[in-house]
Amino acid sequence: MQAFSQKATAVKGFDVTRIRADFPILAQQIRGKPLVYLDNGATSQKPQAVIDALDRYYRTENSNIHRGVHSLSERATADYEAAREKVRGFINAESDQEIIFVRGTTEAINVVAQSYGRSFLTAGDEIVVSAMEHHSNIVPWQMVCEQVGARLRVIPINHDGEIVMEEYGRLLNDRTKFVAVTHVSNALGTIVPVKEIIALAHQRSVPVLLDGAQAAPHLKLDVRELGCDFYAFSGHKMFGPTGIGVLYGRRELLEKMPPYQGGGDMISLVTFEKTHYNVLPYKFEAGTPHIAGVIGLGAAIDYLQGLDWEQVTAHEHELLVRGTEALAEIVPLRIIGTAKEKTGVLSFVMDHVHAHDIGTILDQEGVAVRAGHHCAMPVMQRFGVPATTRASFAFYNTVEEIDVLVRAIHRVLKVFG
Amino acid sequence: MSDLDDLYQEVILDHNRSPRNYREMADANRKGEGYNPLCGDHVTVFLRLENGVIEDISFQGSGCAISKASASMMTAELKGKSKTAAHELFDRVHKMLTGEADGSGGAVGKLAILSGVCKFPARVKCASLAWHTVNAALAGDATPATTE
Repeated sequence: MQAFSQKATAVKGFDVTRIRADFPILAQQIRGKPLVYLDNGATSQKPQAVIDALDRYYRTENSNIHRGVHSLSERATADYEAAREKVRGFINAESDQEIIFVRGTTEAINVVAQSYGRSFLTAGDEIVVSAMEHHSNIVPWQMVCEQVGARLRVIPINHDGEIVMEEYGRLLNDRTKFVAVTHVSNALGTIVPVKEIIALAHQRSVPVLLDGAQAAPHLKLDVRELGCDFYAFSGHKMFGPTGIGVLYGRRELLEKMPPYQGGGDMISLVTFEKTHYNVLPYKFEAGTPHIAGVIGLGAAIDYLQGLDWEQVTAHEHELLVRGTEALAEIVPLRIIGTAKEKTGVLSFVMDHVHAHDIGTILDQEGVAVRAGHHCAMPVMQRFGVPATTRASFAFYNTVEEIDVLVRAIHRVLKVFG
Repeated sequence: MSDLDDLYQEVILDHNRSPRNYREMADANRKGEGYNPLCGDHVTVFLRLENGVIEDISFQGSGCAISKASASMMTAELKGKSKTAAHELFDRVHKMLTGEADGSGGAVGKLAILSGVCKFPARVKCASLAWHTVNAALAGDATPATTE
């Protein structure tokens, strides 16, 4: 394959070596081999700027926010709220009052399911999800269904791992009261045509939540252009810290939703007779939040906005194309998830070799991948496989790393004869 | 021998390719379901227990080479053993898999070949799934065994 022998991606001006230098963890050896980190779908690595932001916060301004009259607290509060504004800009929300900090995508979805779902869904209502959701966009809705007597409906996917839009159209009816779909599939990499999905739902005034956990690190986000009502994503998958995530909600909806948790910060007045809730976004941020995480997420957004996204997108696409070509040459290997629109995810199975065994052997070559059901067991059932091995790229990955992956897969073939 | 060669020895690969006692048992009087929620590995163990002795044992399921080979070797080892002997062997195998004992000196018989697993902490659960399952089946526990 001619193209494959040419090492650098052809993306002009994109210096992957310089980018890699920003991520200290990448410069290490695993079992005596250079680390090839291809598990970005599980979590991404952190640039020095994010690590420094966490370090600086704890060393120089650690204090509680929204309550101190002292200088440290004022500084921490200012940095915390500045990060909220950065998030607003990152997804182009109208107001920073629509940005709620949570632990991650999972918690964001649970907030909507429990607060919106339990308040506004009733017996007989239908909630629509797709067949390629992560468990975190299935189980919270099943819980609401049990609580209120609603019913979960599932949009099927085709053999390439794409939503069957005609089926989605048929699923929508007068009982449909909520749609929750992923923006990008974690197990397959499929980019879902969410704008069409939202448009159809909105024709019936049905609100739509998007699970953006896998989209935020790869796609340019604009919640107003998408038109979604809720958008959920995690800091740690977009080069920020773990334990911090974001729920975006349209103000009109957030205003009418009850708080998810009670406690400090989410109130304006408490007596034993009655408590008045705080305004947005604080109504949904009970207790001392993950201040360092929020500031670290802000630093991750600053870092991402310093990159040329046209180059990043082109580089990631080239990794996907070359990776797909390279794996296609390995005969007993089959790629699961062949949608036309994909992010850099290569999920695959091999005849007679289980994903776990592949994962262990790849690790011997320094290659980190995910092996398992990817918290998307219905996707595995759809494709009739117990598990897949998933290589997922970030912009700091290189074409050489695809070569290492291919060599490591050949070692799997050797072990298993 | 490298850690990897140690893990995937020919005997293990052979049990993976052609697992022994891999069948459903029509006259089983005990059955155990084992499940690893982290990876989705699943095993069903069938037992015919008579007067405290495992007269027959078989298994079915899906999983990696380590879990399948471990289950296969386990059935071969447990056939004809008393319930008590099976429990004792479980303890010794478990100690070997977690690195507490090295499995030498005949303590675990042919199962010593699985001792390489302890160098791969993420795979210990694969190797122990069938054992947890048989333990639950012997105890007559109807709830599925898990590795968690």
